[in-house]
Amino acid sequence: MTQSSPDTASVIERTRRCNADAAIVAVHFPGASAVFVLGEEALLLVRDGERRRVAVHGGAILASAADRERVVTGGDDGKVVATDAAGASTTVAADARHRWIDHVAIGRGGAVAWSAGSQAFVRSAAGASLQRPEQMFEAPSTVGALAFAPKGFRLAIAHYNGATLWFPNAAAAQPETLAWKGSHLAATFSPDGRFLVTAMQEPTLHGWRLADRKDMRMQGYAARVRCLDWTADGKWLASSGATQLILWPFQSKSGPMGKTPQVLAPGEAQVERVACHPTQGVVAVGYADGLVLIVRLPDGAEILARKPAAAPITALAWSADGTLLAFGAEDGDAGVVDLG
Amino acid sequence: MPDKIPVTVLTGYLGAGKTTLLNRILSEPHGRKYAVIVNEFGEIGIDNDLVVGADEEVFEMNNGCICCTVRGDLVRIIDGLMRRKGKFDAIVVETTGLADPAPVAQTFFVDENVGRKTKLDAVVTVADAKWLKDRLKDAPEAKNQIAFADVIIINKTDLVSTAELDEVEGRIRAINPYARLHKTERCAVPLHEVLGRNAFDLDRILEIEPAFLETDAHDHEHRHGHDHRHDHGHDHRHRGGGLKHYHDEEMQSVSLKAGQPLDPDKFFPWVQNLVQQEGPNILRCKGILSFKGDPKRFVFQGVHMILDGDHQREWKHEEERVSRIVFIGRNLSEQNIRAGFESCLA
Repeated sequence: MTQSSPDTASVIERTRRCNADAAIVAVHFPGASAVFVLGEEALLLVRDGERRRVAVHGGAILASAADRERVVTGGDDGKVVATDAAGASTTVAADARHRWIDHVAIGRGGAVAWSAGSQAFVRSAAGASLQRPEQMFEAPSTVGALAFAPKGFRLAIAHYNGATLWFPNAAAAQPETLAWKGSHLAATFSPDGRFLVTAMQEPTLHGWRLADRKDMRMQGYAARVRCLDWTADGKWLASSGATQLILWPFQSKSGPMGKTPQVLAPGEAQVERVACHPTQGVVAVGYADGLVLIVRLPDGAEILARKPAAAPITALAWSADGTLLAFGAEDGDAGVVDLG
Repeated sequence: MPDKIPVTVLTGYLGAGKTTLLNRILSEPHGRKYAVIVNEFGEIGIDNDLVVGADEEVFEMNNGCICCTVRGDLVRIIDGLMRRKGKFDAIVVETTGLADPAPVAQTFFVDENVGRKTKLDAVVTVADAKWLKDRLKDAPEAKNQIAFADVIIINKTDLVSTAELDEVEGRIRAINPYARLHKTERCAVPLHEVLGRNAFDLDRILEIEPAFLETDAHDHEHRHGHDHRHDHGHDHRHRGGGLKHYHDEEMQSVSLKAGQPLDPDKFFPWVQNLVQQEGPNILRCKGILSFKGDPKRFVFQGVHMILDGDHQREWKHEEERVSRIVFIGRNLSEQNIRAGFESCLA
């Protein structure tokens, strides 16, 4: 795709449209099906134009995460549910007090983490067979986000006034606290594991270089950053929160410290979702006015994947091989673009 | 753009009767469905899957504004509730008896996602007729709740004499002269007087105009009271000149008025500077302004340092072009505020 950009008309023509008849809050691509997460109760599995609705929760779906095999969701029914690409669901956990499951995360090897209020839980992939299937960490305040480190069994828990690195299997290791005043609401490790970045209640990102805990502030956004993703080579962190695609450079040892971000794909409306291509230097960008662009790095060449429409883009994901791009909007309008 | 979901904030010191009111909101056949964010489960006797427990977690924003505090848990809960859009018509947020209403209110102005989907409707404070005057002396939270309110329910009126009730009312008015006041037993106020008030809606600022600055208007509302019709008819005439005026040493309101138009280039820097300097002390403010050469009314309202203002409608031909502002807050220097305001005249 980076070599020969297909023209705009052909990309839009190669989109299979569908409507979820409900608000879409996220989309994932575990395997060949695009799995749209609906605001309430169900997932919508779409493959080659065939759609299938799978009921997973008894109320709102508050969080979702996925790996190559399954989608994990957390609901206001207090359940954590894993659904595979074929649509088979299993309940991973049920909160004894039916508390909302606010966040979920999937780690390498299939470990699952979730949080309810200020308690974060983790279950390793082998956990089901252990006597104590899940481990709990009490955060100093409500958990704002969860992220597994790319290596090792380590979980970042974002909360008020910082984030905590928790090593669930190392009982002797004290959780490490990374302090920064304010409310941290999203978290992601750089693919090389050297940096942890959080999005704050204010329109700013905060980062820590983990080797020396040096703080990094990434500012200048117009709105709270709600979506972060790393490019395939791990060199750039793509983010929402402005009317352009904002990419922070993480190539060097000091990450983005003292550097300005790359700014591409200016739109008329706020960027809501970003999704980096799994193998190439390409980022899909979804805007509040419904526009979806496919943007090439570093020159910023754009391909129109969806024209502006009624509702904001709320979901964007690439298939693992990068040939399919799924998008979904707040009003339920969705599509899968075939770029193969 | 679909209508925003209105959010009512229900405050009141411990034991004043918030839960009674909440149970009425949830159980009466008014045809509307409420999602309720409560602090303590179990007090509500209604089984409702739209009742959500909150943690009342307040944090400071890193925006250089020390009073800009936000309820982080509300950002999260409202985001979650809005995924069930269509299942309810409005939200009620109950705070604990010791809570400051400001962080709750500020959440609606600070978080754009919350602000895009919901709107603050009103802060409703339930006060205990018998104990409020003691709480105003010993509990700063109780005073905050009265000062902040758009609607105040003086509850448990059956436990006090008329003279005591008058004193409570006078003390409330000394702090907050423009809230709607209702006197009730067991929170028996019509629910439309509590819900759907649009108190933070700039377009509605004109509608509360008569009540909010005229110091004698404070008695107006409860005259039509349902439970007390008999006493009050008599009472009203008897008192004639209105209630005894009290002065609260700490919390007051400052009302300003100018018949001469204001200069916007002087007014905005002044008011912005004032809320920067005095923001922690100013709980609420509201104003209708006449700017020189401007055919439209400018209206604004604010919570601590957060100001929200816009042009509203045109001044009517027969309407007197008078600018009016009220500040409610702690230890406000009326003299300084008045002098500053007067320096903004065009």
